[in-house]
Amino acid sequence: MIAFQDLHKAFDGHVVLDGFTLEVKDGETTVIIGYSGTGKSVALKHVVGLLQPDTGDVIVDGRAVSTLERAALLALRREIGFVFQFAALFDSMSVFDNVALGLRRRELSDDELATRVREALALVDLTGAEAKYPAELSGGMRKRVGIARAIALRPRYILYDEPTTGLDPVTAAVIDQLMVRTREHLGVTGVVVTHDMRSAYTVGDRIAMLYEGRVRQVGTVAEIQDTPDPVVRQFIEGRPA
Amino acid sequence: MRAVPDVAVWGRLTLVQMRRVGVDSLPVALFIAAFTGVVLALQASYTFAGTVPLYFVGTLVGKTMMLELGPVLAGLALAGRVGASMAAELGTMKVTEQVDALETLAYDPQSFLVLPRVLAGTTMFPVIVALAILAGITTGWLASLALLHLSTQEFLKGLKLFYRFKDTWFGLFKSATFGCTITLVGCVVGLGTRGGAEGVGRSTTQAVVYSAVLLLVLDAFWALVLLQ
Repeated sequence: MIAFQDLHKAFDGHVVLDGFTLEVKDGETTVIIGYSGTGKSVALKHVVGLLQPDTGDVIVDGRAVSTLERAALLALRREIGFVFQFAALFDSMSVFDNVALGLRRRELSDDELATRVREALALVDLTGAEAKYPAELSGGMRKRVGIARAIALRPRYILYDEPTTGLDPVTAAVIDQLMVRTREHLGVTGVVVTHDMRSAYTVGDRIAMLYEGRVRQVGTVAEIQDTPDPVVRQFIEGRPA
Repeated sequence: MRAVPDVAVWGRLTLVQMRRVGVDSLPVALFIAAFTGVVLALQASYTFAGTVPLYFVGTLVGKTMMLELGPVLAGLALAGRVGASMAAELGTMKVTEQVDALETLAYDPQSFLVLPRVLAGTTMFPVIVALAILAGITTGWLASLALLHLSTQEFLKGLKLFYRFKDTWFGLFKSATFGCTITLVGCVVGLGTRGGAEGVGRSTTQAVVYSAVLLLVLDAFWALVLLQ
């Protein structure tokens, strides 16, 4: 289980997270929604120790992330796949090497490694793209390689940072299906950060709205859709103020 | 220092960087050294004319190339080429979250990105400078033969006149410290990049300026050490 516990984070005096508290239950996909710049990605980066909280902490399976020694943090990261907003693929590496990079840190034979890479690429419908380079891929394909890189690790958790941002509706729907398929096939726990409500409704078991640095409301898809809270309602309906 | 035990990661990558830093930088270093050798020979003859025997042209070309112009000019040229390229590459990786991605894949950016580059710079700069010195002395000799009507024996006599083995190893050792400094600055500045394309541009410029300044300060320091 991932638990965000009273997380506070400010950058140059600007408060981004102000007591963010949320529990992500095992086997579920929890979607964090909210306006741009409200700290959704910042919250996600605390889970893998890319950012240190000012106060509070993220607890992953009983481990307080900010207190972990370097070796323990690396061990934790091996259990977590992270899909970046713009895929963050390594330009100088082929698709195969991008997906294989995390696996090279494990005790795998070359055959096992190649099999794992091909399986991951097959799951995201990119069989045959192994030799391509990121510059040769469309935005949607890059996101799928990013997902393949994360699932190749067979992680317990996958964190998705704005997985459908910048994609056309059809490609975004493909990515949504992939996230659902990943949960169903691999049984991983997911945290998805997005402001795309269609995506949130498709992939989320629970949805939490981050507003002014803390959770405004958390609930099932149905509970969020029927919310009486005017702030949440305005956001999910996409109405201007 | 925490990256050092991670040999499995930086070992292979260092070879790749050695090729990039060494082989790819060689043409520009040789080009600069070759013309410097010619200019040194001609200006020495202009200065010495009528007062000092012309075979001292060999002395000046050899000493200056080995102790100063070989390491410093190659260093300044490579600060622009290698330092800027590393700052731009790592800066782009930083702003496009590739460095974060490395961390989430359980890699230490110090062992994956920094150590291979610094090791490559430290080991390959002396090789580049050695070849640059050789190129400079060769073109200085050829210019002396063709334009100053000096014989090979006279040039070699001057070259050997005040030669000490220390001249060679000191120049090469100095260039290793330049290589370490330039690559370290490129990596540190690159990984500290903030913002988008503008940030990358700023980092690239900073890397060149800081490297050049540090290189000249370091050069003055080594000059003092040489006199001890």
